[in-house]
Amino acid sequence: MAVGKEIRTKVKSVQNTQKITRAMEMVAASKMRKAQDRMQASRPYADKIRKVIKHLAHAHPEYKHPYMQEREVKRVGFIVVSSDRGLCGGLNANLFRASVRALRGWDDKGVDIDVCAIGSKGTGYFKRLGTKVVAETSHLGDAPEIQDLIGTVKVMLDAYDEGKIDRLFVVYNRFVSTMAQDPQVEQLLPIEAEPDEHYTHHWDYIYEPEAKEVLSDLLTRYVESLVYQAVVENVACEQSARMVAMKAASDNAGDLIDELNLAYNKARQAAITQEISEIVSGAAAV
Amino acid sequence: MAMTMHVDVVSAESEIFSGTAKMLFAPGVMGDLGILPLHTPLLTKIKPGEVRIVLPNDEEDFYYVSGGMLEIQPDVVTVLADTAVRAKDIDEAAAIEAKERAEKALAEQKGEVDYATAEVELARAVAQLRALEHLKKKLGGR
Repeated sequence: MAVGKEIRTKVKSVQNTQKITRAMEMVAASKMRKAQDRMQASRPYADKIRKVIKHLAHAHPEYKHPYMQEREVKRVGFIVVSSDRGLCGGLNANLFRASVRALRGWDDKGVDIDVCAIGSKGTGYFKRLGTKVVAETSHLGDAPEIQDLIGTVKVMLDAYDEGKIDRLFVVYNRFVSTMAQDPQVEQLLPIEAEPDEHYTHHWDYIYEPEAKEVLSDLLTRYVESLVYQAVVENVACEQSARMVAMKAASDNAGDLIDELNLAYNKARQAAITQEISEIVSGAAAV
Repeated sequence: MAMTMHVDVVSAESEIFSGTAKMLFAPGVMGDLGILPLHTPLLTKIKPGEVRIVLPNDEEDFYYVSGGMLEIQPDVVTVLADTAVRAKDIDEAAAIEAKERAEKALAEQKGEVDYATAEVELARAVAQLRALEHLKKKLGGR
């Protein structure tokens, strides 16, 4: 029965695919939990350093660091954090759409753009797009370390120091919940401090050694920690998006298998009925 | 009751200590620091070494940090510990590496080939599915 065999082969192949997607779903689920823990663990540092920066913005330093000064924008830098692997639904597509929107906004104003890609999907995308990619890092794994990011961030910070870029942004997926990830474009440099009425009187820190050295070290760490936070959050997003996508794929495969089985049974039934009617009519003719 | 202050020791990858303390010792770059509550605001770098925290019950906690920053406010002390070993030339090397990776990725044309194969595979799968769809319709019509 040629028809039946074809359908059965297809059912087998869909079943195999379903096995894979189900396995990926479970792997992603367990990785997601770890990624979320890591995201939580990295929050205190980001919160604390943000608080210090806020204090600093209200102090009256004898030295104003370039990272805290607005300047005319001629060229902007973007750090785009994407995943290394696909099969995670529209996660990267949404992220790239958000970054392209931001890039186009600057492009329309006649501002040049440098991109720094974290994650191989981003590198590939911006390569196709023809944007200038000045730095790249990928395969950070599920547990990225801040050490792996220092170099990449430094490329952008150096460019800022040398006046090659006048503003620096980071684009990443913010983790809202397992079901929702929100692409974000955030400004890293110059640092925008929100006003706080708590500090109205003028005061300043004692700096050891001098203000310039301490501040540039502190601000470098601040930017690095924000980028690290973005990377860690993106990993959590990637795993949860993959889990949801793979669950949908497994469910779809299940539906497809049911439909194919129905078609197969119908075909089998039809063949049997036909055979019987042939035998009966054959017998009647005798 | 003796005066206390809030102490936070955090690294980029995790929170190490958070709580009240009577006193804190840290290895500042200009020399070791012993900090009591109501210290004047101070911002300093710290060297690799030991951070010692005297808890309200006079017990002591020790943490090793590989450098970082220390912020002191009269009632809050924050230690921002580094996890990575930092040196100017190491950072420089990492930056150069990141740039090279970008150039290499741009030079590689492999991505295009993968894309083409994937497209062919996808086309084949779509054709198969379409064939099955026809088959199903034919059988369902009976």
